[in-house]
Amino acid sequence: MSQTTYLEAIRQGIWEEMVRDERVFILGEDVARYGGAFKVSAGMLEKFGPERVLDTPISESAIVGAAIGAAYMGMRPIAEMQFIDFISCAFDQITNFAAKSRYRWGAGVPIVIRGPSGGGVHGGPFHSQNPEMYFVHTPGLKVVAPSTAYDAKGLIKAAIRDEDPVIYLEHKYLYRRVKEELPETDYIVPIGKAAIRRTGRDMTVLTYGAMVYVALEAAAELAKEGIDLEVIDLRSLLPLDKETVLTSVKQNSKVFILHEDTRIGGIAGEITAIICEEVFEYLDGPVLRVTAPDTPVPYSPPLEEFFLPKVSDVLGAARKLAAY
Amino acid sequence: MKPDRVRRETTRRTAGAGRSRPQAVPLAPEEKAPEAGGIDDATHRRMFYFMALTRELEDRIERKLYRQGKIVGGVYVGRGQEAIGVASCIQTRPEDVICPSHRDLGAFLIRGMTPRRILAQYMGRRDGYTRGRDGNMHMGDMQKHVIPFVSMLADNVPIAAGIGMSFKIRREPRVVLCYFGDGATSRGDWHEGMNLACVQRVPAVFICNNNQYAYSTPLNQQMAVENVADRAVAYDIPGEVVDGNDVLAVYHSTRRAIARARDGLGPSLIECRTFRMTGHSAHDDAGYVPREMFEEWESRDPIKKHQQHLVEHGILSAEELQGIRKDIVREIDEAVEWAEQSPYPDPEECLQGVYQEENRDGLPMGGNG
Repeated sequence: MSQTTYLEAIRQGIWEEMVRDERVFILGEDVARYGGAFKVSAGMLEKFGPERVLDTPISESAIVGAAIGAAYMGMRPIAEMQFIDFISCAFDQITNFAAKSRYRWGAGVPIVIRGPSGGGVHGGPFHSQNPEMYFVHTPGLKVVAPSTAYDAKGLIKAAIRDEDPVIYLEHKYLYRRVKEELPETDYIVPIGKAAIRRTGRDMTVLTYGAMVYVALEAAAELAKEGIDLEVIDLRSLLPLDKETVLTSVKQNSKVFILHEDTRIGGIAGEITAIICEEVFEYLDGPVLRVTAPDTPVPYSPPLEEFFLPKVSDVLGAARKLAAY
Repeated sequence: MKPDRVRRETTRRTAGAGRSRPQAVPLAPEEKAPEAGGIDDATHRRMFYFMALTRELEDRIERKLYRQGKIVGGVYVGRGQEAIGVASCIQTRPEDVICPSHRDLGAFLIRGMTPRRILAQYMGRRDGYTRGRDGNMHMGDMQKHVIPFVSMLADNVPIAAGIGMSFKIRREPRVVLCYFGDGATSRGDWHEGMNLACVQRVPAVFICNNNQYAYSTPLNQQMAVENVADRAVAYDIPGEVVDGNDVLAVYHSTRRAIARARDGLGPSLIECRTFRMTGHSAHDDAGYVPREMFEEWESRDPIKKHQQHLVEHGILSAEELQGIRKDIVREIDEAVEWAEQSPYPDPEECLQGVYQEENRDGLPMGGNG
């Protein structure tokens, strides 16, 4: 059986949902004829026609607004942000119209807003961002960030089938770098469930997206030093799988959080608060954070390399925690 | 009509005294001139009823209940602007959709949203269309195809574009009417939504309630062009300015625009010139508006104007009109009483219904009722 890349897995997931449900359609910049800047929608125009694969003007706010309007009429729109950085242009429609709709008048907005996030490809300040926390802070939205091809497919399908607006963050560094064999049968990965990528008994790292691989590489290194690191891939940031997180913390008593997002207001702070509120008495050391610094994502290779959390940063945090 | 012909037809240049400026081309006249204004007596009666109902309901809200402290939040009325929402929305079919704005109460009423639930909405009661979660004109009813607007003006324009796109995708002969004020046309979402709707040629009618003030800011500080309708040139659609206080003018313009949209020829932009006979909201005395303007526009009151037309043409007698207005007062009296009986929501309801999973049984509201 052949290996499917992370990118192809997203494409397959959308494709299968469009076959399964004729209410599903995609709209965005260059998604139709060009097949999307990263080719996530390649071949879809030919397969599904111009009414279900729509090229739009460069108007992120209108893309999301139109998706909401179509969703009110019973459609299942998937809105692509060509780079997730551009989601800031649609912030108002997402946070005011989509997120508050169910609460304020009972009308759900089943839309998916997806796009490539993250750094590591020299995209610079406007093609590398991790905007998750703007939306994690907005009640009414769901935010997911897959790290594997299996999850990429399962989560996009779950997002499309969800009755509420889902922000689906795909990490562009992983697009063609990770691949695996996927089941031939239909499956979803439920939103709100974390995955344990490596079991360990000494301490736990909580992470997501491309940082899962940094954590796993560090775990292999730490194993040589006799530190057994559990790696939890959150997969879903809102809602957060508190049960999996807290079970692991209670078991290992030492925990740190790793993310590519910047530090202040990153999800590490929120998770730290939850741990302190709910399982403080189990802790044998401080909850540490390994994150990007509080700067924009810089362009030049040495700057960007400095910006992104690295294996050595993870090793440092783990060793510090091991000393407690 | 072939698209290329539409394209040529909707832009023209006029030679002005100084430089020439692009000016929108109005909607094409109807092929068969409708007899007697093309409006039957029953429609006239309904339009009068809904304008008078709107006036009475808003007067009650702004001048009585608000001052009595029974409405805890903001109040934004459309006094003097009733003809716009009424004469346009009255032509919609049940399956059509409207995206109204905050000075279009008449459109809500025509779609069948009830004065008593609207009053409960204003009072923050459980029977309001948002069950106390939102206030004033932020209300809708999915069954009646009314989409509620949000305070970020012009956000409903992209929404309307998407509604129109879904009709196009499913080949449904439905249209969407989208309303906004002059101030809203300054927002980027207005342009993005208009542009997308027009590129996609969706079945939409865009109706501007130009009351000449955006809160305290007059038109000339809001836009460099003379008319909102002039902007239609940028979207290659018909655009025209009509007297927004003339129910017949609004009716005929909208009729042509709806027919055009239903025929698959795309959107139109209708600018209804009117005047805000109040402050921006109930707490605003509008001291920045020259008194003469109120006096001038008072003499052009749309309800009085329509009343005159009805009597002059023998459509309804003065006594019949008086009777309709008396019935409306009674209708609103009963609605107020009903709304005041409606309980407040339980405090714990604050936590419910953010997501579908938390709302399995569904709190009854406009969007799911």
